[in-house]
Amino acid sequence: MIPLSWYLTLAAGVFCIGLYGVLARKNAVAILMGIELMLNAVNINLVAFWRYLTPGNASGQMFAIIVFAVAAAEAAVGLALIISIYRRRNTVIAEDIDLMKW
Amino acid sequence: MSSVLLTWLIPIPPLLAFFLIVLFTNRNKGLSHTVAIASIILSWLMSWMVFFRALEVKGFGEAENIFHHAVDWLPFGSAAVKNTAPLQMGVLVDPLTAVMLFFVSLTCFMIFVYSVGYSHWGQPRDAHDTPGNPPHNGIEPMYSRFFAFLSLFAFGMLTLVVADNLLLMFIGWEIMGLCSYLLIGFWHARQYADPHQITPRQAAIKAFLTTRVGDVLMMLGIVYLYAHTGTLSFREILRNEEVLQGLATAPSFIVGLSVASLVGLLLFAGTIGKSAQFPLHLWLPDAMEGPTPVSAMIHAATMVSAGVYAMIRLFPLLSAGWHEGQYLTPPMLAMGIIGSFTALFAATIAVAQNDVKKVLAYSTISQLGYMIAALGIGAYTAAAFHLVTHAFFKALLFLGSGSVIHGVEHGMRHTHEQIDPQDMRNMGGLRHKMPVTFWTFLIGGLALSGFPFVTAGFWSKDAILGGAWARGGASGTIVFVVLALAAFLTAFYTMRQISLTFLGSPRTPSAEHASENVWTMTLPLVVLAFFAVTAGWVGIPASFPALGGLLPNWFHEFVGGTLLERPAAEAFNFIPLLTSLIVALGGLLAGWWVYRDIRAGQKDPAEILGPIYTLLKNKYYLDTGKYKNAAGEYKDNVYEFLFVRPVVWFSETFVSVWVDKGLIDGTLHLIGRTAFRLGSIFRDYFDKPVVNGSGDLAAAIVQWFGRNFKVIQTGKVQQYLVVVMVIVLALGVVLFLPLGR
Amino acid sequence: MTAMQIIFLITGAILLAASTMVVTARNLVHAALWLIASLFTVAILFALLEAGFLAAVQVVLYIGAIAILIIFAIMLTRRVMQDSGPQTNTQWWLGGLIALALFGALWFILPSVVYPLANASVPDNSLKTLGFALVDMNQYALPFEVASVLLLVALIGSIVVAGDRK
Repeated sequence: MIPLSWYLTLAAGVFCIGLYGVLARKNAVAILMGIELMLNAVNINLVAFWRYLTPGNASGQMFAIIVFAVAAAEAAVGLALIISIYRRRNTVIAEDIDLMKW
Repeated sequence: MSSVLLTWLIPIPPLLAFFLIVLFTNRNKGLSHTVAIASIILSWLMSWMVFFRALEVKGFGEAENIFHHAVDWLPFGSAAVKNTAPLQMGVLVDPLTAVMLFFVSLTCFMIFVYSVGYSHWGQPRDAHDTPGNPPHNGIEPMYSRFFAFLSLFAFGMLTLVVADNLLLMFIGWEIMGLCSYLLIGFWHARQYADPHQITPRQAAIKAFLTTRVGDVLMMLGIVYLYAHTGTLSFREILRNEEVLQGLATAPSFIVGLSVASLVGLLLFAGTIGKSAQFPLHLWLPDAMEGPTPVSAMIHAATMVSAGVYAMIRLFPLLSAGWHEGQYLTPPMLAMGIIGSFTALFAATIAVAQNDVKKVLAYSTISQLGYMIAALGIGAYTAAAFHLVTHAFFKALLFLGSGSVIHGVEHGMRHTHEQIDPQDMRNMGGLRHKMPVTFWTFLIGGLALSGFPFVTAGFWSKDAILGGAWARGGASGTIVFVVLALAAFLTAFYTMRQISLTFLGSPRTPSAEHASENVWTMTLPLVVLAFFAVTAGWVGIPASFPALGGLLPNWFHEFVGGTLLERPAAEAFNFIPLLTSLIVALGGLLAGWWVYRDIRAGQKDPAEILGPIYTLLKNKYYLDTGKYKNAAGEYKDNVYEFLFVRPVVWFSETFVSVWVDKGLIDGTLHLIGRTAFRLGSIFRDYFDKPVVNGSGDLAAAIVQWFGRNFKVIQTGKVQQYLVVVMVIVLALGVVLFLPLGR
Repeated sequence: MTAMQIIFLITGAILLAASTMVVTARNLVHAALWLIASLFTVAILFALLEAGFLAAVQVVLYIGAIAILIIFAIMLTRRVMQDSGPQTNTQWWLGGLIALALFGALWFILPSVVYPLANASVPDNSLKTLGFALVDMNQYALPFEVASVLLLVALIGSIVVAGDRK
């Protein structure tokens, strides 16, 4: 048996890598890729917990399915926004999009 | 209709007329004079009805044989006031009131009718005439107003006459004072070339202020009387022997005077003012600035006689404690002295006057002095008798003088001369031009002089002289002599006036072209002349030789019933009769002889008296205002120096500058300055730093925070996320670290 | 060490490596491809956890749709991309620090938690149960429908936002 903590540690690691990607990358699309990594790490966590704590219950998988749907929707909308910004400003560098500056 | 109701109604029509004219008919001149004359006719008819009814009552005046009705006026009653009964006001008709009603209503009626013609009714409005100035040829611009004031005045007089208590009488007194002011100053805009000649406006103020002095003292008397007796009703005080005794014996707060004496003197002060006795006589001659009907009404027939009426009415109070043959009470003494002095004093001044109305004014003062002197020595019915006859012939004389003046003005319009139409030196020979006026004026003048038997003045003057002689003693004899002298002078100046005006030949072209006046002016003259002749015959003393028994001395009998003790009829004595015959005829003859044919430009024969003449002409300098001395300078008269200057100084300097501007304004300014400084201190040291400051400080703090913290908002999403993560980590450490352990 | 554990370790290593490449690759297309790799490994992990359905969905959904979408977006915004030069922004060290701190925190906490392990196996009809659960009114029909609406909204929203305004 693979101990649960391995899965959790792995997921934590992926999460933190994704977090680094979000905070440190210039390109907006790269930031979105980091977000996808974070969501996947969350999914790993959810499924691991389902398997090890309540395998007879469909709720764990259900949760993961919902996360899938939300991630998809969010990715679609996010990328649409990036394209729209690109059309306006001719840039996708997150640092340059600071219109809400004081 | 009951007599009492009639009496209540008598003063009402003129009052209504006043309000109607003022409020509604002001613009319509014809309607206004119709309303006024209709009202006075109503009052006159009602007065005469009451009079004739009073004649029918046997023993009118005694006990309850009077028309009396009163209503509660001030419903108070307290322990502080002697009598806790409410103050009542009402009407009273006793014999004195009845005769007053007789002549007051008639003379007022005549004067109202006269005013129609006098104010040029029938003429169109002259474009050159301005309201406030006397009209030249056109109708008086303020026609309706004149009748309104006359009506109000009639109301005041009738109220005074029918009043049953001192307070209502005083109210009527004051209303007449107001109307006197309004009417003397009727031509309020009139100015003269000479700045020291008194204008109608100034004369009105002078009249009001002078009579005010008397009125205040009278008010004090009324108040003091009320405080002592708790009532002001005539019947309750004057016919109540106990009350009178009590007043005569109770000491007042002035040592030596009883309450009755003090009250009497104070009330007499009111008469001194109103009836123009010395020393308050100065307003009456200047009151001639008013239109002539005003002079006739107010200053001959009615208002000035109101003063004498008051004294006659209050005679029981004034003579409280006096019986025949005893010493006179202080009020009677005062009346005797002042009355007789004034009679002689005014008569001397009248000799030197050239204005036709001024002569009559001084004559009025003199005659009023007669009546007061008569009362002063106790000749009650004689004084009342002279009051009645004097009203008739003096009103007649004034209206006649107005007619003369109008006639001369008419002549002036023809000749376009610029002369004073009132100056007798510009007249002469008018008997041919204005016959009706001449004959009626002559009758009046003879009555005034006391021409024997056929004039009313003779009988009344004789009654006074007889009363003085009968009184005897020091007081009676002195009064007799003084009055006899005054009678001589009266006859003299009257004949002087008649001669200068009517006899001889015209001294100016205007007098040449004078003409008689319209019937509304001459008819009243005729009516009054009738009474000037016949009114005396109701008072022929019973003991008079030959004529004595023919007609009963109705007047003495009737009016004597007003008093508690009916005065006894004097026994006849030849000396007063002879004296009055001599002085009257002698004076008339002398006057006619000296003045019968004065030519134009001729000096007045009286000027041979030299400095005495100047003294008389300048009224002994006893006046306010200034006189012109021989060098042409203007100097102060006596009253101006003694009274007017100090008062003016007091108000201009003391009150106005020192007290008002200095003290009061100074205090206010000080308060203002202090408040301002206080306010500034608050503003600078509290309001600005603390209140404003804290507000500004709060704003500054917020701004500082804002400025310094806004750098966080960089607009960069990743930086926001960093902040979020830092905080999450921190929270996580705080929350989960204990768990970890 | 069982066979499963070895597979797990290898898969885990690949996952970590691929993730690292995703966040550090200069060329964005490379990064996208590395993302696809990591998504595959996640699918394998799902399979290891006996959630076959989810593994399949992972592949189809994430790789087949989302990753493709990302590549589309990269292509559409390619002109201004600087494939050369550093791809990190000015605060990258702070991001790294935070990531490390978070990992450290999680590393220390996770072993200490005691989980109520159910030592059971996955029932045979788990997929059927899941299917029924999705459409059962008393279970998860509502979240299912809501998710559908969410997707619809996202669809419309993206079209509106990214639509050409000309």
